[in-house]
Amino acid sequence: MTTIKRVGLAAACASALVAGASTAIQINGAGATFPYPIYSKWFAEYNKLHSDVAINYQSIGSGGGVQQITKQTVFFGASDMPMTAEQLQSAPGKIMHFPTVLGAVVPVYNIPNVNTELKFSGPMLADIFLGKITKWNDGAIAKLNPGVSLPGTDITVVHRADGSGTTYIWVDYLSKTSEEFKKRVGVNSSVNWPTGVGGRGNEQVAALVKQTPGALGYVELIYALQNKISYGPVQNMSGELVKASVESVTVAAAAAAKQMPPDFRVSITNAPGKGVYPISSFTWLLLYENPKDKAQSHVMVDFLKWALGDGQKYCAELGYAPLPPDVVKLELAALAKVKTS
Amino acid sequence: MTERSRDLTFRIGTGAVALVVVLIVLAIGVELTRQSLPSIQKFGFSFWRTEIWDPVAGEFGALPFIWGTLYSSVLALLISTPIALGIAVFISELCPAVLRQPLVFLTELLAAIPSIVYGLWGIFVLVPAVRAIETSMPHSLRQLPLFTGPPLGLGMLSAALILSVMVIPFTSSVSREVLRSVPIAQREGAYALGATRFEAIRAALYYARTGIIGAIMLGFGRALGETMAVTMVIGNNPRISTSLFAPQYTIAAVIANEFTEAADQLYLAALVEMGLVLFVITLMVNSLSRLLIWSMTRSLAPLQEAAAGAPAGGAAA
Repeated sequence: MTTIKRVGLAAACASALVAGASTAIQINGAGATFPYPIYSKWFAEYNKLHSDVAINYQSIGSGGGVQQITKQTVFFGASDMPMTAEQLQSAPGKIMHFPTVLGAVVPVYNIPNVNTELKFSGPMLADIFLGKITKWNDGAIAKLNPGVSLPGTDITVVHRADGSGTTYIWVDYLSKTSEEFKKRVGVNSSVNWPTGVGGRGNEQVAALVKQTPGALGYVELIYALQNKISYGPVQNMSGELVKASVESVTVAAAAAAKQMPPDFRVSITNAPGKGVYPISSFTWLLLYENPKDKAQSHVMVDFLKWALGDGQKYCAELGYAPLPPDVVKLELAALAKVKTS
Repeated sequence: MTERSRDLTFRIGTGAVALVVVLIVLAIGVELTRQSLPSIQKFGFSFWRTEIWDPVAGEFGALPFIWGTLYSSVLALLISTPIALGIAVFISELCPAVLRQPLVFLTELLAAIPSIVYGLWGIFVLVPAVRAIETSMPHSLRQLPLFTGPPLGLGMLSAALILSVMVIPFTSSVSREVLRSVPIAQREGAYALGATRFEAIRAALYYARTGIIGAIMLGFGRALGETMAVTMVIGNNPRISTSLFAPQYTIAAVIANEFTEAADQLYLAALVEMGLVLFVITLMVNSLSRLLIWSMTRSLAPLQEAAAGAPAGGAAA
């Protein structure tokens, strides 16, 4: 009697285990911190629709994301900067880039007793971050801001100390608008800053700018809004002064969609066109074209279709700009190439 | 026989555990060297003496970080040692018994605060206060090399101050214990010779000085490796400067800041080599302090024996 019970129990346990394994799918990903809020929102919402799918995401940084997917320790990666040709070559298979949302980086400043909104241009910002413009009443700043009584105080440049996609977007823009900046500093997630102080994370840069009179720094749009720090419009390629907003960032992406390379590895800073905010960028999800685990691949493709469609409605509340429809169309076509069986 | 074999097993067991510590230290050294090979091969010894840190160009040197680490730690020691010793002397020698436990508890509480909390306090309280002090400093003083540069608040001074607060509980706790272990006979002897209280305490401090040096070195080790609180207030700028106002950088801070986003192999190797540099510096500092203590105990040994022997001899007589 007891042996029969035991055998029965064991069989029940075994079948429960098998059933558990066949229904629940767990997918692991890692990478950029910038899209972490929207990714975790997406994974939670997607889990509500498909209770058998759990997607884990570790926001360890873009560099970490690229490394982890190259070593295949995670199923998908995420990065704020496209992978370089070298990095792609060192991967064991073909890695595809999928833009998921857009972000903007804004110049934030703190000048006591100036209530007018300051206007910026790429070359002017580049000269400030090169340490060539050191006073607020410099001719280059005054020229773009007629009628504003600028103080003769020092500019305290605040930049990111930690390696970050935000820095990448910022220096990518400055390098496109200033030859000298490109030569002396260049483009990377952390660079050799000629001047200024470094803060850790968007939060600290925001805090430092807020408490230091005469400071000028750069943060992602959402941090400027949340911390109520002044940020100004930036001159785009057509000479318009555009302030960063969800709309002006999406416009920048739509302008870029016309010349989108098939692998989506594109920088949209300083994009041409009307109404474009020039310091905008995609953030990418990285997937192998032919992953080993086809069950996970099937789910991931379905998830991305949802994220690029219904998922985009969560963008605005979290401070991201949604993808323009043209880009989504191109991405869905590319997504069909990912092998799911 | 069984007792002897039990003794042997016990000896081997504890010996093995002790050996594990040695192996771990060795393994860390070997692994750090292995991981930093690309950087060691490319830069060689120049890594230790170049002043450039350019991830875009792939040029790396540790000098400004070594400078920032040592400068901030030494400054922190200069500030914290007198305060920590004062606390230790007061608690162990002068404090009324009612106050003793609360004071011990409070100083030790300082050590229990996570460093990120110190960092937040640093950004929102210390840095603005330091900025106010720097701004109000008379112009003539600002000409000294110690105080040049714009008054940002962020920089070496803030880092040294926050480090010293963090180091105080370590130095003071250990010094207090060392002072307590000074034999009663030592103090009684001093009083018997007609010493004042101050002189008796001075004699006790002299007696305990090797232990106190050890306590200071423990604090120094802690200051060298402190990361979060320092990176939040030091300004993170790899330029060598003697000015207390200048933003600077430390080894631990640059590793914490740049490691996650370093995708390029040489860049990663350079960051790991930074870890190796810190490892070597810590090892050197610890060995030097051991050496110092060792030489002091050797020269002190006859003195101590005489001190310990004297009252006993007196009692016999």
